[in-house]
Amino acid sequence: MPREPEGTKQEAERIFAVFKAAGGIEFDADILQPAGIQLDLYGEDIRSRAFVLNDPERGELVLRPDFTVPISSFHLSDCADSRRYVYAGRVFRRQIGAVPRPDEYLQVGFEDLGRRDRALADAEAFALVFEALDGFEFRSTTGDIGILKEAVEGLDTTPRRKNALLRHIWRPNRFQGLLEQFSDDGILPALDRLVRKVKKIPVAELAKSGGPAAGERTVAEIEARIEALAADAAAPPLEKEQVKVLEAIVRQRGASPIALESMRKLERDLPGIKPALDRMEDRLCRLEQCGIAVDALEFDARFGRTMLEYYDGFVFGFRSPTDFSLPLAASGGRYDALTRIIGKGREIPAVGAIVRPAVLREQASSG
Amino acid sequence: MSVKLGVPSKGRLHKGAVDWFRAKGLDLGGSADGGRGYTGAVKGIERSEVFFLSAGEIPGDLASGRIHLGITGMDVVRENLSDWRSKVGELARLGFGFADLVVAVPTAWIDVDSIDDLDAVAAQFRRWHGRRLRIATKYHRLVREFLGEVGVADYQLVDSRGATEGAVANGAAEAVADITSTGRTLEENGLKRLSDGLILRSEAALYVSRALNLGPVDLETLSFIQSKIRISGNGRE
Repeated sequence: MPREPEGTKQEAERIFAVFKAAGGIEFDADILQPAGIQLDLYGEDIRSRAFVLNDPERGELVLRPDFTVPISSFHLSDCADSRRYVYAGRVFRRQIGAVPRPDEYLQVGFEDLGRRDRALADAEAFALVFEALDGFEFRSTTGDIGILKEAVEGLDTTPRRKNALLRHIWRPNRFQGLLEQFSDDGILPALDRLVRKVKKIPVAELAKSGGPAAGERTVAEIEARIEALAADAAAPPLEKEQVKVLEAIVRQRGASPIALESMRKLERDLPGIKPALDRMEDRLCRLEQCGIAVDALEFDARFGRTMLEYYDGFVFGFRSPTDFSLPLAASGGRYDALTRIIGKGREIPAVGAIVRPAVLREQASSG
Repeated sequence: MSVKLGVPSKGRLHKGAVDWFRAKGLDLGGSADGGRGYTGAVKGIERSEVFFLSAGEIPGDLASGRIHLGITGMDVVRENLSDWRSKVGELARLGFGFADLVVAVPTAWIDVDSIDDLDAVAAQFRRWHGRRLRIATKYHRLVREFLGEVGVADYQLVDSRGATEGAVANGAAEAVADITSTGRTLEENGLKRLSDGLILRSEAALYVSRALNLGPVDLETLSFIQSKIRISGNGRE
C-alpha cells in the first residue's frame, strides 16, 4: 500500500483552516457507520468498495466511506435552518483498480445545507475550493447534471421511457443504448414476440406461462411489466429533433459562456431545458462575482456522469494539468436529490465539496 | 532452487492437466488424484517440482512467485487477481475444463430475455420491494465488472456458499451468475441464461508467474519445459 506523502497532515490542516474561516461548524462523524443507509444510497461500485463489518448487537456496520451522508442525516434530523458544516477525517474505500491507491485517506470538506440561493451557494462552494488550492497548478472542469435531467424530462415521450433514461444518466453507455432503442421501435425483438401475444392471450395467463415463480419476484410483477411493455410498445419513437438536442447536450464541451450560448440555441426544440440553462447563467454570474474567470472556465457535459450517482446539479473537479494518473485532487457538487432520500421525502438544497490533501502533496512532489 | 509447477489437485482440471502434460511427453507423477499439498517432480526433468494445489490457490501462488508455472481455469485467474495481466502471463489455453460464466434468471421470468430486461426488472424490483435485486455468485469481481460495463443498476451481489444454482430456489437471490458447461444444471434449477449474459468463456490455461525469481539454471529448466510443450515467449502478446 502506498504511503501517504509527507506533509499530508499539514496540508489537511491548512485546507481545513481555509474552509473554517469561511464559516460553519465542525462536524465529526463516527468512523463506524450503520451500513444500511450508507450502502443503499450508493451504487454497486461504492458498495463493493466499502469495508463492511458485522456486529452481533448493532448489525452491519461500514467504515465511513464519506461524510456527506452522516452530515446530511444529522442536519435533516436536527434542524430546519441552513447551515455549513466543515470536516476533516479519514475515509475508507477498498481500491480495486489496476493502479494501487490507498484504501484509507484523509479527506477535508464542507457541506452547505439549506441555502435557498442555489446559484450563490454553488458559486461559493466552487470559489472556496479554488481558494484552498491557491498556489497549486490545476485544471478545473465543471458540469451540470441538472441540464441533462431536465432535457430528458422535457422529451415528448412516456414516463416509463423518461424514467429509464433518468436512471441511467450515470451510466453513459446504457443511456446511449436506451436513446437509440427509444428512437427506433423501442422494444427488443425477443420481447416484441411476447408483447404481440398480449393481443391473443390474457396477461395474467401469459405471466404464468413461464412456470412457477421463484425468488421474491412475484407473478404480479411479471404481469405488471408485460402490461407496461405492451403499453410502451404502442408509443411512437422519440422525435428525431429532440434526440439530436439531447445528443448535442451530452456532447457539449468548451468555455462555459460559449457552451451556454450553444445550448441556448437548443431551447427551441426542447423548451424543457430553459430553467436549467437560466440557473447556469445565474451561476456563472455569481461565479464572476466571486472572482472566478468564467470566460476560461471549462464546461464538460460528461463531467460527473461517471461519478457518484448522488450529484444531480452543478458538479466540479480539480486535477493536475500534467499528471493524468492522479485522481481528482478536489471535487464537489449539488446533491438535493440525495437529501430527499435521506429526509424521506423532505428535500433541501445541498452542495458540498471535498479535497484530498494526499493527492495535492503527490502532485506537488511530481512537479 | 527449482522450477515449481502448480497443478490442480483434483477433479477434471487435475485429470486434464495430467493428460495434457503426458501428451507432451511429460509425466507429472502421481497420476491418480493426489492429496492436497502432495508434491512430486516432472519425471525426467531435474530441478523441477510439482505441487498439487486447489485450483483457487494457484492464481495467488503464481502472483506471489511461490510457484512459477501453474494450470488453472481462466475464470479463477480473472476473479482472484486484480489486474491479472500484470501478475501472470497466459502461455496457452489448454482445450479442457470448458465453462461459461453466465447470468441466469428464473425461467418463470417470461418477460426477461436480455441484460436490458434484467436492468429494467432490477428497477421494478426496487420499486416494489424497496431493496435491490439480489444476484448470487461466487465471481464477485467478474460479475461486477461485467454489469458495470453493460450498465445494470439497482442490483446487489450476494455471496453464494455451496451450489449457486440453488440460490434462487431457496430464496437467497432473484438471479444468479454462475459457471455452466451444458446448461443442464441451470435448467434443472428452473433457470435460463440471458441471451447476451455471457460474462466469460473459460477453459483451463497454463500461466507463468511475473514474479519469477530464478537462477540461470532454473531459467534453462523453464525454457526446456516450455520447449517440450512448444510454447515460446512469456505470455505477453
